[in-house]
Amino acid sequence: MSLLTLQNVSRRFGAVTALNNISLSVEPGELRAVIGPNGAGKTTLFNLITGFFPPSDGSIIFDGEPITAVNPAVLVKKGIIRTFQITEIFLDLTVYENIRVAVEVAMGISLRPWVSAAMRAKVNARVEELMEIVKISHKANKVAGEMSHGDQRVVEVGIALSRHPKLLMLDEPTAGMGDEETNHMTGLIRSLNKEQKITMLFIEHDMSIVFGVADRITVLDNGTMLAEGNAREIADNPRVQAAYLGQAA
Amino acid sequence: MNTETSTIPRESAVPTKSALQQRLPMAILGIALLTVPFWLPLLGGYTDLASRVLIFALAAMGLNLLLGFTGGLSFGHAAYFGLGSYGTGLMLANYTHSTVLAILVGTLIGGAAATLLGPIAVRRRGIYFSMITIAIGQMFYFIAVRWNSFTGGEDGLTGFSRQPINFPGYTLDLHSSQFYYLVLVCFSGGAWLLWTILNSPLGHLFVAIRENQKRLTFLGIRVELYIAISFAISGFVVALAGSLDSLLDNFTSPDNLRYTLSGNLLIICVLGGMRNFWGPLIGAFIFVLVQDYISSITQNWMTVIGLIFVLSVIFFPLGVMGFFRKRSRT
Repeated sequence: MSLLTLQNVSRRFGAVTALNNISLSVEPGELRAVIGPNGAGKTTLFNLITGFFPPSDGSIIFDGEPITAVNPAVLVKKGIIRTFQITEIFLDLTVYENIRVAVEVAMGISLRPWVSAAMRAKVNARVEELMEIVKISHKANKVAGEMSHGDQRVVEVGIALSRHPKLLMLDEPTAGMGDEETNHMTGLIRSLNKEQKITMLFIEHDMSIVFGVADRITVLDNGTMLAEGNAREIADNPRVQAAYLGQAA
Repeated sequence: MNTETSTIPRESAVPTKSALQQRLPMAILGIALLTVPFWLPLLGGYTDLASRVLIFALAAMGLNLLLGFTGGLSFGHAAYFGLGSYGTGLMLANYTHSTVLAILVGTLIGGAAATLLGPIAVRRRGIYFSMITIAIGQMFYFIAVRWNSFTGGEDGLTGFSRQPINFPGYTLDLHSSQFYYLVLVCFSGGAWLLWTILNSPLGHLFVAIRENQKRLTFLGIRVELYIAISFAISGFVVALAGSLDSLLDNFTSPDNLRYTLSGNLLIICVLGGMRNFWGPLIGAFIFVLVQDYISSITQNWMTVIGLIFVLSVIFFPLGVMGFFRKRSRT
């Protein structure tokens, strides 16, 4: 059974049709990229899946349950976690504190005005573990707002992981990064998918990353689905070449 | 594996320092506060002045939980201060001779009002949140002014005084110095409560709200609920301060409910440093002393406060404590 299925989903903003009749499904364990020129509807697609706003038509099914027009907080509890195109972290806090808040939220203890030493240790251990997974432990006490864009992105992924995502959605994870940061991030994406077995959906502009990392690729153009397939199929698809790759070349 | 990667849990309210560095200022502060009635008169001050500093510090620290640590700019916290002071005053004037009970009732009334009204204000953010808090605050001001027979109207509430507290075999008559210690106990209790909360998951979440509400929403947090909780706790602490204020003067008036007092509490927070736990204490110290000293010279003491406020915002926007913290970091 597919983890995520969209059936004939459309979204209109007034007279503008941002997404038109999209159907797609993501299998458990898959690493799926969504590509397309600016304005293709990629972020709109993310916003629909994460409940930012409901679709105008169509239905969305996650893990066997309909989630059309379910609000974001509920979807998070079902395991759909996302990052944003513009990094959303807690800038005045350290890396450690950023992830600690997320861990405490995930453990459901955020309403507690005090904690036992045992609970504190448990939180601590989980924060350490997450910082290890995203490889940011050596910067634990750095204030997030004073770090590079790439490091902030990594912190955001760490925050997202705290909730044990079934589906992790990354909106342009490497946008604006230098080569080294991009390599770190792509390595991270690959290891989260292969080692942590997390199903992932990510929007990406950098073709070399998409072709190098993704299992399957969905191509959007102007609100419609242009093509879907593995890297080979997409690269060879004449419509994709015309709409997108051709443009870039 | 690098051993340095095992991090010591850092508290958001305090930077990591050695145990001595962390405890020494606290010890000095504690000793200074405990001995106020002995040294303050030597400097030409009087004990009630110290009580007033602590009362305003407590109120501002309560407000600061919402303002500095949760990021909610309330312009109406005088309402909870005033409700605390009227609650205590009215109890002593009409219903009881127990100072402790009067303080409890005053605190409960003010805190309950914040608990009930906070959820209305938190439905909006930013400037709208602030406007609603002012509106709610002013409502109580006008009730107090109009309800002459019960509240004493514009003249304020008189006809009550703090009553001796009886322990088995011992009586506290609550003269100036003893009352100071009662205030100090309440201040310490309030500070301990706020400190404990800020170092708990709840407090961590408050700070996270200040930093990024969108991120929290997408972690599944109902941000409104938590702002309302911060609002309520803050209301209880401010109400306790208001309650003590009515006992300090054996008097309360609608001024204790007015938006100008809300503004003064905000000034105290900003002046001392609203990102710092002890900032409001420093702010209250400066504010109350300037008020006391300058108002004996001229009626226009607020001009001086205003000037100090403007200068502090220009030259150390993070407040006095923020200024020192920044310097010690570099």
